[in-house]
Amino acid sequence: MTIMLMISWLLLALGLMFFLAGSIGLLRFPDSFSRLHAVTKADTLGLGLLVLGLSLQSSWREGLLMALIWLIVMASGAVSCQLLARFSDEQPSESATQQED
Amino acid sequence: MALLLFDLVLCALLLLLAGAAMLSRSLTQAVTLFIAFGVMMALAWARLKAPDLALAEAAIGAGLTGALCFTALVRYAKQPAYPQPALWRPLTFIGLVTALLLASLSQIPLQPSSAIPALVQQHLPQSGVSHPVTAVLLNFRAWDTLLELLVLLLALLGARQAPGDLPRYRGWSLSISWSRLLSPLLLLVSGYLLWRGAAAPGGAFQAGALLASGLVILRLNQQLSWLSWRHFWVRMLVLGGLLAFVLAGAVSLLLQDLGAVWLSWPQSIAGAVILIVESFATLAIAVTLTLLVVGEPKPEVADA
Amino acid sequence: MSVVALILLFSMLLGIWRVLKGPALLDRLLTIQLFGSTGVAILLVLSKVFALPALLDVALLLAILAAAAPAALVQRLRQQKQRSRQRTSL
Repeated sequence: MTIMLMISWLLLALGLMFFLAGSIGLLRFPDSFSRLHAVTKADTLGLGLLVLGLSLQSSWREGLLMALIWLIVMASGAVSCQLLARFSDEQPSESATQQED
Repeated sequence: MALLLFDLVLCALLLLLAGAAMLSRSLTQAVTLFIAFGVMMALAWARLKAPDLALAEAAIGAGLTGALCFTALVRYAKQPAYPQPALWRPLTFIGLVTALLLASLSQIPLQPSSAIPALVQQHLPQSGVSHPVTAVLLNFRAWDTLLELLVLLLALLGARQAPGDLPRYRGWSLSISWSRLLSPLLLLVSGYLLWRGAAAPGGAFQAGALLASGLVILRLNQQLSWLSWRHFWVRMLVLGGLLAFVLAGAVSLLLQDLGAVWLSWPQSIAGAVILIVESFATLAIAVTLTLLVVGEPKPEVADA
Repeated sequence: MSVVALILLFSMLLGIWRVLKGPALLDRLLTIQLFGSTGVAILLVLSKVFALPALLDVALLLAILAAAAPAALVQRLRQQKQRSRQRTSL
């Protein structure tokens, strides 16, 4: 039981690290497409680890629901990343690769 | 300790987002920030252990209000040279509203009076459902919910007086197939929320709002062209919530003895009546909100 | 466990700086994505902290809405662009 708890906390900490990494990437990466990548990918992985860690501490029904939520977020991350990038690629006036001044 | 810090950061974020949304110069950014604010509000309700309100705020505040704002934005077609408002006007407004809120603050008792929750708990077995919020909304105070549906209908009728001429464009195949993939899931989860409403947070308004957001993205991707005011069945769906409610009220009046109260269900069939009324109300809310947000389709505009 | 929620909220706060700053439209639209994933995570953690399973339903709703939002939003913005292009060509 305590080993399970330890694993769970380890997973939670890892997940948090990915969330923080995603946010730092959003702050520090040089252009919009890299930032898009930071938000949609790091956060999705972070959420997965978090869900895994939390479901070790909860009932199977809650775990299943959380897994479903993670699947939805993962799929939506992949799709909306594509959509937003394509949209910004279409945009002639406001170039996405524009550097901040 | 961590929870206290959490509260502080949450409040700071809420204020930051609200301020940024109001003072932002680009309307697109203002609307995005407003949606973010809706999500934060949902988190705040979750923090206050009010899952009912969190659900409603997420579905309506973040989802549908955002969609409405974006629709307004599109009709405001020219990327606006949005004039920076004179700062004293919003500040006066904020000052006035804050003063009013502070004045009304003294009227709210610090501890909610325990009489009403106790009354609800006491009569809960007669309501046909086991979740107190649903019991209040659809049984004890069914009048209010009926009138809310009426307000929604009136809003749609009002909006129809100013017809939109929004042309439709074909979406990318990715977004079309994504919306097709998503729609059965949306339908499933709306049904789940509706069903859960009897025993746990959920119910017609949340389910309807979720369903509406699904219909809206399908419509934006040029699906569901039947969803138009011209079709008889769509109009019937819009009216269905109200009709089911009124019919249920009339039937329950007939079934009970003389002296029965309008819109009070006999205990034996209360659960079934509530479920039926809620189902029709969900459909009506979903279709009404969708028509409000996307307007009428205009046949065939070539893709540019 | 509430420390986890706090750190998540903090990471959201970090992200908002970029969203406010821009500079491209894409950066601003990222708000929705950021709030979708981090908001869902916070709701999951809060449901554990308060032992309120109903918050999982809220997270589910938020996840689905966040999945639907970009598709609708991008379509809308493209319509807006095409519409203003039509206006200028008239």
